[in-house]
Amino acid sequence: MTDAPAHAAVKEHQQHPIGLYLLVWGLLFVLSAFSYMVDYVGLQGYLRWSLILLFMMLKAGLIVAVFMHMAWERLALIYAILLPPLLVLVFVALMVSESRYVLFSRLTFFGAAP
Amino acid sequence: MSAPTHAPVAEPSPRPSGLAGFAADWASDQRTFKNVSWGKAMMWIFLLSDTFVFGCFLVAYMSARMSTAVPWPNPSEVFALHIGGSDVPLILIAIMTFVLISSSGTMAMAVNYGYRRDRRKTAALMLLTALFGATFVGMQAFEWTKLISEGVRPWGNPWGAPQFGSTFFMITGFHGTHVTIGVIFLLIIARKVWRGDFETGKRGFFTSRKGQYEIVEITGLYWHFVDLVWVFIFAFFYLW
Repeated sequence: MTDAPAHAAVKEHQQHPIGLYLLVWGLLFVLSAFSYMVDYVGLQGYLRWSLILLFMMLKAGLIVAVFMHMAWERLALIYAILLPPLLVLVFVALMVSESRYVLFSRLTFFGAAP
Repeated sequence: MSAPTHAPVAEPSPRPSGLAGFAADWASDQRTFKNVSWGKAMMWIFLLSDTFVFGCFLVAYMSARMSTAVPWPNPSEVFALHIGGSDVPLILIAIMTFVLISSSGTMAMAVNYGYRRDRRKTAALMLLTALFGATFVGMQAFEWTKLISEGVRPWGNPWGAPQFGSTFFMITGFHGTHVTIGVIFLLIIARKVWRGDFETGKRGFFTSRKGQYEIVEITGLYWHFVDLVWVFIFAFFYLW
């Protein structure tokens, strides 16, 4: 994998060796197989969740970085696109807190009914 | 920013890289995305907004699942298929995942051949991508049919928390819609590539601008995004 053609073409457009795409394609297959095996083998608890998240982030990273060429873009675009979605994590934190409260209310005031 | 005014037009001064380049690019009174065309930048910004849409769906799903006092149906069993005398968990979803990843691979190669101006290979790879996408939607239709025949409704299901149906139909339905739109988008662009529109400078019917092979990459961005969303749906909805 030489990065010489990648550098030469950066001014014009995104042009990278086919071998790189095939490598990432293969990695995505392997990672998907791994995440499927997590369910097939029946892992539970924190091991299951951490493996699912790990394989998910690796796959997402490969797709964005190589297939969508983000690895070769300038920081101006990378930050503009990749930083705002992190705010969703704040939303997640808010809703985790809210969901716990809703569950507490349901169990406390409505018995076990949904 | 002190841009040298005497610099010759033919040889622009090299942009700084790293954080200094980030600050320089975002400084005022200039175009921010230096070597990215407006088409590509707009597709990225659209994808950013779509990220929030899917993010909201997944957060809604998380809230429903965390706040219900009724057990959530086990996706591993719900999505199992009866093959060869035994239940194989999630097998259809796994195949759908592999189909979508393969379509992303062929799309990435189509972009590559597009920039090499290899019309036949680009169009063929885009058609293959569209075929994979259509296969995916077909399998999703099969899955929906199976679940509906088993009694899953947006307001209830035989196995547990009633919110399961509504989140499932909402999330996979919206994703399937995206795949369908992507297939249509791919077919339109593949036809233009095949016809050689980007060689002859033929003007598009909608914007009446001359197209370039970059549209293949922009289509690819959308398609990879659809694959990307599926990665998250697969992890959070089917595996969790």
